[in-house]
Amino acid sequence: MVIRVRGLKVGFGDHLVMDGLDLDLYRGEVLGFVGASGAGKSVLTRTILGLLHKQAGTIEVFGYDTDKLTPRERLEVGERWGVLFQEGALFSSLTVRQNIQAPMREHLGLSQATLDGLAAQKLALVGLPQDTADKLPSELSGGMTKRVSLARALALDPEIVFLDEPTSGLDPISAGDFDDLIGTLQKTLGLTVFMVTHDLDSLFAICDRVAVLGHKKVIAAGPISELLLSDDPWLKAYFHGKRGVIRLSAAAERPAERAADDRPQTARR
Amino acid sequence: MSTTPSVTRQDSPDGVVLSLAGEWIVAAGHQLEAAGASLLSSAKDAKRVILNLAALQRMDTAGAWFIDRARDELAAGGATVSYRGERPEHDLLLKEAGYHPPEASTRVPPPHTVALLSAVGQTVTESGVDFIDIVDYLGEVVAMFSRLALQPWRWRWTPMVYHLEMYGLRSVPIIMLINFLVGAIVTQQGIFQLAKFGAADYAVNLVGVLGLRELGVLMTSIMIAGRTGSSITAEIGSMKMREEIDALKVMALDPLEVLIIPRLVALTIALPVLTFLADVAQVGGGLLVSWAYAGMTPAVFLTRLQNAIATETFLVGLIKAPFMAVVIGLIAATEGMEVRGSAESLGRCVTSSVVKSIFMVIVMDGLFAMFFATVDY
Repeated sequence: MVIRVRGLKVGFGDHLVMDGLDLDLYRGEVLGFVGASGAGKSVLTRTILGLLHKQAGTIEVFGYDTDKLTPRERLEVGERWGVLFQEGALFSSLTVRQNIQAPMREHLGLSQATLDGLAAQKLALVGLPQDTADKLPSELSGGMTKRVSLARALALDPEIVFLDEPTSGLDPISAGDFDDLIGTLQKTLGLTVFMVTHDLDSLFAICDRVAVLGHKKVIAAGPISELLLSDDPWLKAYFHGKRGVIRLSAAAERPAERAADDRPQTARR
Repeated sequence: MSTTPSVTRQDSPDGVVLSLAGEWIVAAGHQLEAAGASLLSSAKDAKRVILNLAALQRMDTAGAWFIDRARDELAAGGATVSYRGERPEHDLLLKEAGYHPPEASTRVPPPHTVALLSAVGQTVTESGVDFIDIVDYLGEVVAMFSRLALQPWRWRWTPMVYHLEMYGLRSVPIIMLINFLVGAIVTQQGIFQLAKFGAADYAVNLVGVLGLRELGVLMTSIMIAGRTGSSITAEIGSMKMREEIDALKVMALDPLEVLIIPRLVALTIALPVLTFLADVAQVGGGLLVSWAYAGMTPAVFLTRLQNAIATETFLVGLIKAPFMAVVIGLIAATEGMEVRGSAESLGRCVTSSVVKSIFMVIVMDGLFAMFFATVDY
């Protein structure tokens, strides 16, 4: 288990967003995280990352209690996780290449030539052309920003990546590529993925487990096939609603894992 | 826990076998870099190379890059390279996260002298463009102003009053304090220097004339350029960065009318009022210091002050204030509109807004001084 959250309580003023929330993230799994808009998915992610203060409860990451981290352990945790923020959060004054190199430059003693090579590799990995490297974040489209941000999140080859709505704002083909990439990395590197998403395709294609946030708690967590049988009204509406039904029938026709397919778009050599 | 990445070379009848061992992960840092380099150097001369991955403990994308780079470069050197003992996930990773030969950067830096000359030229052109921009903006503001004068119901009272509070009322304490100190310092130095001629009492004339004519409005304008000008630039600039300005435009709202006119009008009202308060504070500072250093009672100070200054002295200072306000507001607004996507450009525009408006305030004050001297006011 790489992340263990117990009895988490988070609130702003009198308003509680999480109350007694428990969550586990196991090594090597892709956990999809869903919930109504405003249910606090981003708040939970930010709390686990230590960006928001919690009122009560414990969060353990890699076995460390995040409240009792020494500066050294904090640094270690920072090297072992990568985050894709919803808006990308690229450093606006740095070029794409410098953005991707930033974590490597700060944490590892690598030469500039190696940094350049690895940045080029990460760009290719997320499916961006090499001439993107010299652009500034303000010159990128929304989808490119997401990809660059993913490349930066992967720069240190982290053990966990947090993805906050990675496929929102991407066209379906790019979103599919994104899912395939995450799937590939998870298989080859044993990556653990915590993914906040509303993309039903992603949930079906690559998530090993799905956790559902509602009523200030995780109301259900398990493989998607189990959640489909759930009686919870919100879950029913989510998976069996207008949009869900299309995905369900599609998934029934084609149950084989999409991520295992070869990716024709990226057969590069 | 982790073992360092390493390479051992063995010559066999099939060719050179390079056995990789340890953890080829990015966390190994320069050790990984060294292992990657030795992978290349230890098989330079070989015609047939076999990369044996059987003993490899771990590999991540960075490790894959080094291994694939060796394969690519050895192959480019004419050797046949093959893998041995690789696991399926290695294969996949080497394919996905492989090496791409670097493309030469298309940007060629020009020689230093050329770069210097072009930078100078660019700066000169930009200052010219800046000047035209400001005049252009002034024209737009005047046009918008006359349109609004005919349609008073379109006037935005709420933001104007809000900005009046922000720029005016909230600046009162710091403006009063600074001008009080300036008045006190000028009077004190005046007393010390004039006492040598037995004319310490004339320090009252000094603080009266200098304070009311020049220093009150100048200090206030400089302070407002730093305090309010910067905040106008930052507000408008960050709205520009987050596409809020564009959102206004597509709603067929003119950012000039919605954002800039209320700020400009509030500033133009606030600055004369603040200047008046600044004058009071300077005279107050002078009064206290004359009392403390020259033993002049407040009553005597005020009588001397009345003899030293006329209504014009006070008006000369006050007349300048709205002009200063317009200059500060215009520069702040144009700089705000200049902001592009990055945090760096926001910082640059705020800096240049403050620097330019302080510079312009002082230049304007000089022009006014010449003007009033000519018209003998």
